Amino acid sequence: MPAMIEKKSKPDIRIWQPECECMERSALEALQAERLRLQVERVWQHCPYYAAKMREAGVEPGQIRTIDDVRRLPVTTKADLRDNYPFGIFASPLKDVVRLHASTGTTGKPTVVGYTRDDMQVWSDLVARFLVAGGLTNEDIVQIAFGYGLFTGGFGLHYGAERVGATVIPASSGNTERQIMILRDFGTTALVCTPTYAVYLGEALKQAGVDPEQLALRLGFFGGEFWTHAIRAKIEELYGITATDNYGLSEVVGPGVSGECPYQDGMHIAEDHFLVEVVDPTTLEPVPIGELGELVITTLSKKANPVIRYRTRDISRLNSEPCACGRTMRRMAKVTGRTDDMLIIRGVNVFPSQIEHVLLQFEDAQPHYLLVVTRERQMDQLEVRIEVSEYLFSDQMRQLHDIRERLQRKIDSALGIRAKLTLVEPGSLERFTGKAKRVLDLRNSEIPKN
Amino acid sequence: MKVQQISIFMENRAGRLAAVARLLGTTGINIRALSLADTSDFGILRLIVDKPEEAKKALKANSFTFNVTDVVAVQIPDEPGGLASVLEALQAQNVNVEYMYAFVEKCGGKAIVVFRFDDLDGAIGLLQGAGVRVLSRQEVLSL
Repeated sequence: MPAMIEKKSKPDIRIWQPECECMERSALEALQAERLRLQVERVWQHCPYYAAKMREAGVEPGQIRTIDDVRRLPVTTKADLRDNYPFGIFASPLKDVVRLHASTGTTGKPTVVGYTRDDMQVWSDLVARFLVAGGLTNEDIVQIAFGYGLFTGGFGLHYGAERVGATVIPASSGNTERQIMILRDFGTTALVCTPTYAVYLGEALKQAGVDPEQLALRLGFFGGEFWTHAIRAKIEELYGITATDNYGLSEVVGPGVSGECPYQDGMHIAEDHFLVEVVDPTTLEPVPIGELGELVITTLSKKANPVIRYRTRDISRLNSEPCACGRTMRRMAKVTGRTDDMLIIRGVNVFPSQIEHVLLQFEDAQPHYLLVVTRERQMDQLEVRIEVSEYLFSDQMRQLHDIRERLQRKIDSALGIRAKLTLVEPGSLERFTGKAKRVLDLRNSEIPKN
Repeated sequence: MKVQQISIFMENRAGRLAAVARLLGTTGINIRALSLADTSDFGILRLIVDKPEEAKKALKANSFTFNVTDVVAVQIPDEPGGLASVLEALQAQNVNVEYMYAFVEKCGGKAIVVFRFDDLDGAIGLLQGAGVRVLSRQEVLSL
């Protein structure tokens, strides 16, 4: 049974599976290599689809010995999973599968994922890891306001919290009045929902005459959508709680791929169960550690439907520095973009999220910006238009110039190419933007620049 | 002794100044003094208005980026050398003028100049010590 340890000197540090989460790196890498080898053997034997893809790429299981050998394997995309709808890519017979979930199918059919009994055990422990890292104990009362159903969020958090031994309330999403009643009457101490809903619920509480700070609530586990550090600060202040972030996607397991510790500086990846690569989305070559790229994930222990080198389309970066919490697992930054938004300008990959990163160092609010790409005399030109918020503004021209210079330097160094920086008035970007459109690519159009 | 100045970020393109002036006009706010610092791309419009609170509300509602800065309004003899003697008194004590501009109207036959100093309180003390009249917020609003 996993032991819960408490380090007395730092009361907030709790580790659910210290024997895994604090493994020596060399032992961890040996374990990863061994599990990778077994996983590849397994799909070779049980997934004709993967076996065919491997043969096509000219690679056999015997060639996969070290973790770096993973790069010999072909990647898997969302389309590959969809083409095998519903169970074509499963490595276990359905009689061994005890649970099915599916990702929302915005285009066409959803992607179906399965879990064997062992997979369920592992998944529960992975969720328990980040819940405990974020401060959850068996004395907590957890209100899960994620939707239950095919979405992995609700059940994933449910099983994880139960595994920790907390009191779980499967409130599911919606019905704000009932959420408020439960929060107040059941004495909820930990809230699970989307960050947007946490903000909304806080406002609704105030309107109902309940001071969110007077509730028993002390922890929040938010996810399911992109949120900034500013939103975290807002939620933490609103409720007087500690809010942590976690990451996962149904194609590899659901929530539990990575999660924050109390230091709130990146999410520790469960590397004993997932081999994570960060690659250049065009070349699929690995990027140096610490640089932005696409996360490519190989499941190392999943039995029902293993995935090999799954292209998540999520943009993040890794941090291999040791963490003060004692976990040896590398950390990943918040996912701030999708490769679908990537631009290639003068041969350089540019992600709108890189601009966002820079701006978030200057302001506390969600920044508004637009990348405009044009072509002048066969040369790509990038203009970055930034709405000047109160954080960027000064009534002194010299300071405004300094801010602009600092922005220019940071943007140039983040992108690796020179961009023209234009400061614009708030609201002026709206005529281009639908929802969160960050890119206006005019290279193949006749529309004049302004 | 300090007066609220509203500074607004403006893109340097046609119609932006008119947009602010029109907004304040329709809200019934009168501009008492203004200065415009600009570059080829953008500018900062600094205003002293008769109803600062209402002006802030209107600007916010129309999503302008602005901030509020304390400045000092000083009475200066409307004669050759009037401004120079005030500036010299400040220079002797190493107080820096970050920017300055003049009011449209006079007060008691004298000119009114708006100053932004790096050390606002120090400057007020110096000016008063040198016999220069610094206008109160109330005096400025009721001009």
